[in-house]
Amino acid sequence: MTTPDEPLVLGIETSCDETGVGIVRGNTLLADAVASSVEQHARFGGVVPEVASRAHLEAMVPTIQRACDTAGIQLSDVDAIAVTHGPGLAGALLVGVAAAKALALSLGKPIYGVNHLAAHVAVDQLEHGPLPEPSLALLVSGGHSSLLRVTDITGHDSGVDPMGATIDDAAGEAFDKVARLLGLPFPGGPHIDRVAREGNRVAIDFPRGLSSRRDLERHRFDFSFSGLKTAVARWVEARERAGEPVPIADVAASFQEAVCDILVRKALDAAASEGIEDLMIGGGVAANSRLRAMAQERADRLGIRVRVPRPGLCTDNGAMVAALGSTMVSRGRAPSSLDLPADSSLPVTEVLAG
Amino acid sequence: MLLALDTASPTVTVALHDGTDVLASATAADGMRHGEQLAPLIQQVLDRAGARPGDLTAIAVGAGPGPFTGLRVGLVTARTMGHVLSIPVHGVCSLDALAVEAVESGTVDGDFLVATDARRKEVYLASYDARGMRTGDPLVDRPAVLATETPVVGEGAVLYPDAFPNARGPMRPDAAWLARAVVGERVRLLEPEPLYLRRPDAEIPRAPKAVLSDVTPTP
Ligand SMILES: [Zn+2]
Repeated sequence: MTTPDEPLVLGIETSCDETGVGIVRGNTLLADAVASSVEQHARFGGVVPEVASRAHLEAMVPTIQRACDTAGIQLSDVDAIAVTHGPGLAGALLVGVAAAKALALSLGKPIYGVNHLAAHVAVDQLEHGPLPEPSLALLVSGGHSSLLRVTDITGHDSGVDPMGATIDDAAGEAFDKVARLLGLPFPGGPHIDRVAREGNRVAIDFPRGLSSRRDLERHRFDFSFSGLKTAVARWVEARERAGEPVPIADVAASFQEAVCDILVRKALDAAASEGIEDLMIGGGVAANSRLRAMAQERADRLGIRVRVPRPGLCTDNGAMVAALGSTMVSRGRAPSSLDLPADSSLPVTEVLAG
Repeated sequence: MLLALDTASPTVTVALHDGTDVLASATAADGMRHGEQLAPLIQQVLDRAGARPGDLTAIAVGAGPGPFTGLRVGLVTARTMGHVLSIPVHGVCSLDALAVEAVESGTVDGDFLVATDARRKEVYLASYDARGMRTGDPLVDRPAVLATETPVVGEGAVLYPDAFPNARGPMRPDAAWLARAVVGERVRLLEPEPLYLRRPDAEIPRAPKAVLSDVTPTP
């Protein structure tokens, strides 16, 4: 499977609450070690940056060790280090960036500071081989909802071009907030997905943001989930005020249907408008079973191929960073400098740091 | 060969010590850019001493107390380098290096305190004997609560002259003195664990209506 002339790359991810260390050779995944501090944030209903940063410091060296053990390699075998240098939580990113520099410095190997969002797209190469270029990428997570036209995943020559994005909440954020409203634990995505299986998807007709004709003129490929979240809140509150039980499964299923419908509709519209025949879906929300099924079903009808990594690779991890780093190496991109900063608001177009 | 570094103050400071003397040292004091500055500074002192990472036999790192974000940059760097190179990593209370420098450079004689900036109108503070050995655990509090006529070394004293009228240098930790203090066995060696002294800021949201409030989303 792997050949020794393919680069062996270690990737580090600490943009939020997962400490991820992945190791790949070429497009072959060798290790994907993740330590999560999600339990520590659950009672706060969201990620607490300082708690996440403390956890990254404690988890870093053990997670590096675990990844090496799983991959059966020595650190000295590694050809390059890749690290998420943005976007994300500033203090959390810094722990990963500093650790990556320490590795690069001690090993005398190059470092590649890469974009977290592009890494969510690149990770699919570990499962389905090289990404077709162009591809249309739908990137959906707790922090982002974007449609990207990808002609070069390393970002070369405007290779990652944003066509649209959320104008308010991210899709994953809407899942978290609606989950909280329904009394489901944080993070909300997996719980809504589970509960929705018992519910009726068409029980409640929740709004599809930015889908009216007028909105489509200005925001054809943009998303809005704030109105949907508020609509769910109002609907639930009205039921409670009337003293009626809240049909949690139906609310979850109908909400999820509204989110997936608008995501898939706009993604396929974007692909069709660009004449792109490959749709890639990445990010934590891509783990959602309804989104995967709906995208496949509707894309099949249009003759568009769909690539979605398995759920474990959709959520934040180090393998995705290693995958993008590996592509940087094999395409001969210049490594980043040792004074690489962490950039919490790094734009998606900047895939590789100078 | 010992690599010493401290990121517990706005200054990033790195030094290399061969057991006899400081071979090279470098500092960067232009604000809170620890994440950018530390690794190039380490590279710089190694180059200047004609040394390679593989020549290192131990690492000493300032364990704080200090602003958390910068502090962690130093600690994760030291721990990761130590892991790669299979060498021991020692934590040292960052105030201890200031104390040893104050004693050796003669700015104090007799008991004294060291105070550094903890932000939020507070200081980190610890007490020392005439030899520069710490006599208690460091703490964090408001200057008015800790006010004293005793000589106080460090930036915390000059920031709050009303509370600490008897201010002395040096102001911020210097890795060259951290290295000398460790080699000369003048400081207690700790695990490379951060001395946070404060709990993380986090509020538990109230349950009702929470859907309309904001929390940091999971990217
Ligand atoms: Zn992510």
